[in-house]
Amino acid sequence: MSVTLARAEPSIAGVGDYIELMKPRVMSLVVFTALVGLVVAPVPMHPVLAFTALLCIAVGAGAAGALNMWYDADIDARMTRTAARPIPAGRLARGEALAFGLTLAGFSVVVLGLLVNVFAALLLAATIGFYVGIYTVWLKRWTPLNIVIGGAAGALPPVIGWAAATGTVAIEPLVLFLIVFLWTPPHFWALSLYRADDYARAGVPMLPVVAGADATRRQIFRYTLVLAPVGVAPWLLGYAGALYGITAVLAGSAMLALAIRVRGEARGHAASKQMFGFSILYLFLLFAMLLADRVAGGLFAPLWGHFPTGA
Amino acid sequence: MSEHEPRREPGIRLTEQQLRARRARSIAIAISLGVLAVLFYIVTLVKGPGVLERPL
Repeated sequence: MSVTLARAEPSIAGVGDYIELMKPRVMSLVVFTALVGLVVAPVPMHPVLAFTALLCIAVGAGAAGALNMWYDADIDARMTRTAARPIPAGRLARGEALAFGLTLAGFSVVVLGLLVNVFAALLLAATIGFYVGIYTVWLKRWTPLNIVIGGAAGALPPVIGWAAATGTVAIEPLVLFLIVFLWTPPHFWALSLYRADDYARAGVPMLPVVAGADATRRQIFRYTLVLAPVGVAPWLLGYAGALYGITAVLAGSAMLALAIRVRGEARGHAASKQMFGFSILYLFLLFAMLLADRVAGGLFAPLWGHFPTGA
Repeated sequence: MSEHEPRREPGIRLTEQQLRARRARSIAIAISLGVLAVLFYIVTLVKGPGVLERPL
């Protein structure tokens, strides 16, 4: 595979390979959380500018994904989960991914700065830089805290969305940041519990590889214990209605119940697989409820006693 | 080489697959640039004289 690439033959990479480089599934979550950050902001945004901001954030996330695949091609080739990615599969050369990622990163940041606002653009640049420079190049291969600290990159999109609408940051998007930030470790550790062999083979110091499964299960529980109440915070702080609050309490309780099951699981990975699957639903539910709450805010306000501040 | 045979030009000759992939990539780049141009045009219309206002 790499023999043909080493000779720098003319590329056979198709458009689909380049789209795969952008990690479309990760991108969809990024766009969704950024949209919520943008909609929750008290400043109404022109739909065209909102679309532009989301497009730039999506492309920026794609750039980060491409640069991650450029740098991690060696790791990806050794893991079954990632061996079919365009570079390890030999459909695309590393240099192509690097050029593609840098071009997208440049365009997304500059266009966001020119058409929306410079602060949001700087945040986007910082997010891409953090994901590639700090997480991918440094933390991922070095410490089991890789996804804890690196999770900050995945948690920033709602803040960028808010910044695109307001030109500033405030406590509200920072709470959303905190929710995604605290959600990331239990989510990825649940996955790494049943992919530990894969990570060990690739030499990635994930927590189960370095500290063992039991320590990982305990950490999953601890992070979920903090995550569940923080998930309710938007309601307690008054910028989400009771619909959100009730969802956050119920979904948070379910996450905790799963975390307890994971902690007590002595053999097999049924609970951690369930935890991984539900964690995706948990984050989606919370942000979807924030969105629904804001969109239908006027409708639910008199019923639930939630009054939009209109600040 | 007899003078009836077509002259083979020096350099890299792309295979059918490489040509097809290059054409698909070129079209994708053209569409992306087109979208970008249209986006700048529409945002200019939306923002009007405020197009140069970019609060930090």
